[in-house]
Amino acid sequence: MAAEAPTASRPRLGLGLGGRWTRFTVRRGGRLLVSLFVLVTAAFLMIHLVPGDPVRAALGTTAPADLVEARRHELGLDDPLLTQYLNYLGGLFRGDLGESIQTQLPVGETIGRRLGATVSLGLLAFALALLIAVPLGVAVAVATRRGRRQRTSLGFASGSVVIGSIPDFLIGVVLVAVFAVGLGWLPVAGREDGAASYVLPVLALAIGPAAVLARIVRVEMTSVLESDHVRTARAKRLPARRIHLVHALPNAVTATLTLGGMLLASMVAGTVLVENVFAWPGLGSKIVESIVTKDYPVVQGTVLVYGVIVLVVNTLVDVALTLLDPRSTIGEA
Amino acid sequence: MSLRFEQVSVRFGRTQVLHDVSLDVPAGTIVGLVGESGSGKSTLAKAAVGLVPVSGGHIVIENSQVDGVPAGRRTNPGVQMVFQDPYSSLDPRMSVGESIAEAMPGRPSRAERTNEVARLLDLVHLDPGRAGQRPASLSGGQRQRVALARALAGKPKVLIADEITSALDVSVQGAVLNLVREMQRELGLSMLFISHNLAVVRYVADTVAVMSQGRIVEHGPTVDVLEHPTHDYTRELLAAVPGGTSHTPKKET
Amino acid sequence: MRALRTPVGAVGATLLAVVLLLAVLAPVLFGDRAAAVDTDQLLAGPSAEHWVGTDNLGRDLFMRVLVATRLSIVLALLATAIAVSVGLVLGSLPWLLGPRLGRPVTALVNILVAFPGLLLVLCLATVFGVGARGAVLAIGFAGAPTFARLCQTLIAGVASRDYVAAAQIAGLSRLRILLRHVLPNVAEPLVVNATIGAGGALLAFAGLSFLGLGVQAPAYDWGRLMQDGLAGIYVHPLAALAPGIAVVVAGLAFNLTGEAIAGALGVTPVVGPRAWSVPGRSARSTASAPAADTVLDVRDLAVAFPGPSAPVTPVRGVSLSLRAGEAVGIVGESGSGKSLTALAVAQLVEEPGRVTGEITFCGTDLNDGNRHDDLLGTSLAVVFQDPMTSLNPTMRVGRQLAEVSRFHQGLGWRDALARAVDRLRAVHLRDPERAAHAYPFELSGGMRQRAMIAMGLMGTPRLIIADEPTTALDVTVQKQVLTLLEDVRREHGTALLLISHDVSVIGEVCGRVLVMYAGRIVEEIAAADLRDGARHPYTRALVAAVPSMTTALDEPLTTIPGQPVDPAALPPGCAYAARCPLATDQCRSEDPALVDGVACWRAGEPLPAELEKQVRV
Repeated sequence: MAAEAPTASRPRLGLGLGGRWTRFTVRRGGRLLVSLFVLVTAAFLMIHLVPGDPVRAALGTTAPADLVEARRHELGLDDPLLTQYLNYLGGLFRGDLGESIQTQLPVGETIGRRLGATVSLGLLAFALALLIAVPLGVAVAVATRRGRRQRTSLGFASGSVVIGSIPDFLIGVVLVAVFAVGLGWLPVAGREDGAASYVLPVLALAIGPAAVLARIVRVEMTSVLESDHVRTARAKRLPARRIHLVHALPNAVTATLTLGGMLLASMVAGTVLVENVFAWPGLGSKIVESIVTKDYPVVQGTVLVYGVIVLVVNTLVDVALTLLDPRSTIGEA
Repeated sequence: MSLRFEQVSVRFGRTQVLHDVSLDVPAGTIVGLVGESGSGKSTLAKAAVGLVPVSGGHIVIENSQVDGVPAGRRTNPGVQMVFQDPYSSLDPRMSVGESIAEAMPGRPSRAERTNEVARLLDLVHLDPGRAGQRPASLSGGQRQRVALARALAGKPKVLIADEITSALDVSVQGAVLNLVREMQRELGLSMLFISHNLAVVRYVADTVAVMSQGRIVEHGPTVDVLEHPTHDYTRELLAAVPGGTSHTPKKET
Repeated sequence: MRALRTPVGAVGATLLAVVLLLAVLAPVLFGDRAAAVDTDQLLAGPSAEHWVGTDNLGRDLFMRVLVATRLSIVLALLATAIAVSVGLVLGSLPWLLGPRLGRPVTALVNILVAFPGLLLVLCLATVFGVGARGAVLAIGFAGAPTFARLCQTLIAGVASRDYVAAAQIAGLSRLRILLRHVLPNVAEPLVVNATIGAGGALLAFAGLSFLGLGVQAPAYDWGRLMQDGLAGIYVHPLAALAPGIAVVVAGLAFNLTGEAIAGALGVTPVVGPRAWSVPGRSARSTASAPAADTVLDVRDLAVAFPGPSAPVTPVRGVSLSLRAGEAVGIVGESGSGKSLTALAVAQLVEEPGRVTGEITFCGTDLNDGNRHDDLLGTSLAVVFQDPMTSLNPTMRVGRQLAEVSRFHQGLGWRDALARAVDRLRAVHLRDPERAAHAYPFELSGGMRQRAMIAMGLMGTPRLIIADEPTTALDVTVQKQVLTLLEDVRREHGTALLLISHDVSVIGEVCGRVLVMYAGRIVEEIAAADLRDGARHPYTRALVAAVPSMTTALDEPLTTIPGQPVDPAALPPGCAYAARCPLATDQCRSEDPALVDGVACWRAGEPLPAELEKQVRV
């Protein structure tokens, strides 16, 4: 019998892994560059969008005029806007994030000292959220598919909505009240007690996102379990474990990761609040302090660093997506 | 000439979907267009109504050139279209009457609208009392007839039917095909009837054009093309018709 | 509203009503008491007089939490309004501007959406300044990208519908189509998301005030109260927790209401009370012993699903049997139960569906309560309708085939993969090594359907169940796939059960045809007799309704009036009676049994000629 008749949609057999990755790198890299440009420009403009004179606002109405003028000059605020922008970009390339208006310390140094605390907090919390959410979501989806175990289903649905609705800083306050103040098991605040001091902040940051993520995993998994190819896998009479973990899960992870990536990014931002609850010496407590004291260069630098972290996270998620789902072509994401 | 494609080409990005397609739909006739999925049939239809920009050639409706004028900017559409999926072709929030009235040209008064809607529903053998109903209460075949009535409301010179029966159950398909033939007989409608089903096309069309990979490979009177095909591709298509009869894809729900 | 009848909806709506009521009334009723300074009771703990205790000026905290409702809710709603309006404009722009000009807008929104809301809020709070006004603007604008993205997605979804194309053809402007067709059809999900968004804004405000960046003293909202309470968390934690609880309750009120409305609008409601009284097995009709080479023998098969009041049985009393090498077709319209019959035979009906009856496959009773994975895995092949979705998109084709041998035949991966390549060659795939290495999306529809058949050939199938295997394929490819099935049947003596709505496909491939209507077999007939020898009026109408290459062109096609029967509301008599031109009172009251291959009281009687030609739906 003759082979396939030619059709307009030719099978794309020749499309190797190499081609896919080249295309991915070009598209994703392009988007990353544009995002970076938007981020840097926004950070730069932030200081200029503040109504009135930022230096005057920062130093207060009582500051002598010549001091304000001197600071303005140091910051280069009396140059034309384009010159300032180019100087700012040039500074970024040298790793120079400017100087604090209040303390005159280099912003880069301040951030460098605090970055580790924030990143370790965020990564641990994300890992914990994943560890809770994925197995839980999968288990609930399998247990409750096709209307089985209505009570489990209802309990999970309402539980995850309730927990997901509690802001992480409130969870933090409750955890402090119970485990630090009430029971005295763990430190109330700070990062001086090593591993013990991590427990509560990480929990506070992870619980809410874990609930939301578990919900997403469950919904995605439930719909994948109904799909045609899972029916095919069942028609092959494969063991249940293999059907759920090898055939269903990877297809649910694709959609989950897309949403989970945004969740991870929001966890990065969530550190701001949690750090303030636990007086955590990270970027989050610094940025709030700087917004209140109107130390714009510090805010600018911190926002930039947070933004870069988010962009890195998003890029990693897209890489993972491409690894997991051979079809994914980034772009609309 | 009612509708004429002159060397029409269409590209999507780097891929060319239509290659110099020339086709006439003379007034008062039904031209069948057959071919496999991806052959460019639907693209040709969309180009005719301005949903797809043309990259070369001309589309002429009653001596006025319409290519380059996107849908929505055309003062008098001239061409109307009926789509494949009856569940996607009617706005679920609009009553049947509103959907039909929307396609009427000019600014008819309320009474004119009501009368015209009733007339059109009657024409497609639906109870005019259904004008106030939502599409959700209609079956697939009934929706397809509303879509036909809406197309006719635009007083088109030419009607394009894109796979209008392929989503229907066989028991309903016959009713829609009967209606199409009746319309042509009674209203002298010109129509470009697109289908992948040779038996269906044979039943309604006066002439048949065969399309393959963006080109028209054969065009002639239906009987000639189906009984004495000259192109290899047409022969291949005819040989594949199961049992020397037809088939009608649709999905079991 | 339906949404309120679910427990979730009722709880949400009640909470929301309480919260909104408090927002309106609390400042009026309790404003004075919340502001009353009691210097005797500074930072006091909970007491009968002060339920939650007092703050550093001795003001009653419970009253303050109640009064703070208004400011918290108003600010959240204002911010949501900003987010929704800006988002709606940004989200509609790509549609209004058209694809070329709209692309930059979409790209910008995509970039903004990637940044978490709180980060945007902090940036904007810096710009707009610390305070309630700045916070409203910051949270509003920070929420806009998410809404814009949502609008874009929803609008793009509606814009791809044919009725939008029809409106474009009718000459409506893009703005008019947006207002008339697009927005009304995305309004519901937007309202739902705005409600949930209001909950989010509420939490965001609490967060900002908590950080000291939101509402400034002497004004206070819940976040502000929490921040004040945190300082004294050692002394009495309730001062910090009470406003927190208020935030959560109010947030939940919005979220639950939104979820409930979404649930009521979108997804099918949870299966209702289960009425389980599956019809007992009816007396076995003509129970002749199966022949020696029988591969499949099905007796009195029924499939039931729980319905609102009584179980629905879309398949009832189906009996059929296949001998080795035989090809039997099941034909019927959508909803006739033919696909479900196939699934039941293949043991693929899942809960809550229940299969009753006897299914004997290769001498084994499949309904004996045991799993027969190895037997079914190697001896039964199933081919589904849509080759696009029936293969796992994230796994290479070869591996999907190899699994069968890996799990049922004890082969190692290497040997199993080698067999997969061999089987792909057996279904005439060009370059089987490359096909095995490919992902399904890299193959054409016809190639995928061959791969599905090859998957069935990994074992040594005695029976292939093919459910509309060529419906999604082009005619020429259909021909090839049918020929392939035929070849397999000849070579291996495999039996074939072919399900199709297409009489001509069945007629070409099968020897024997079972016609199904409303879950029952109404006629069993040799394929050769289908055109001229059918006795059931439904079979005759089904055959005549389809135009063929020999249909007379001067006569209208036969149509079948009325609608197919809803399996949940079966009539007492023959299910086809309402649409049948021959129906009598007997037909309407007594259900005919399948006797001599036809289930009809008036089998074989001539149809009234004028009806046959003139019937309209």
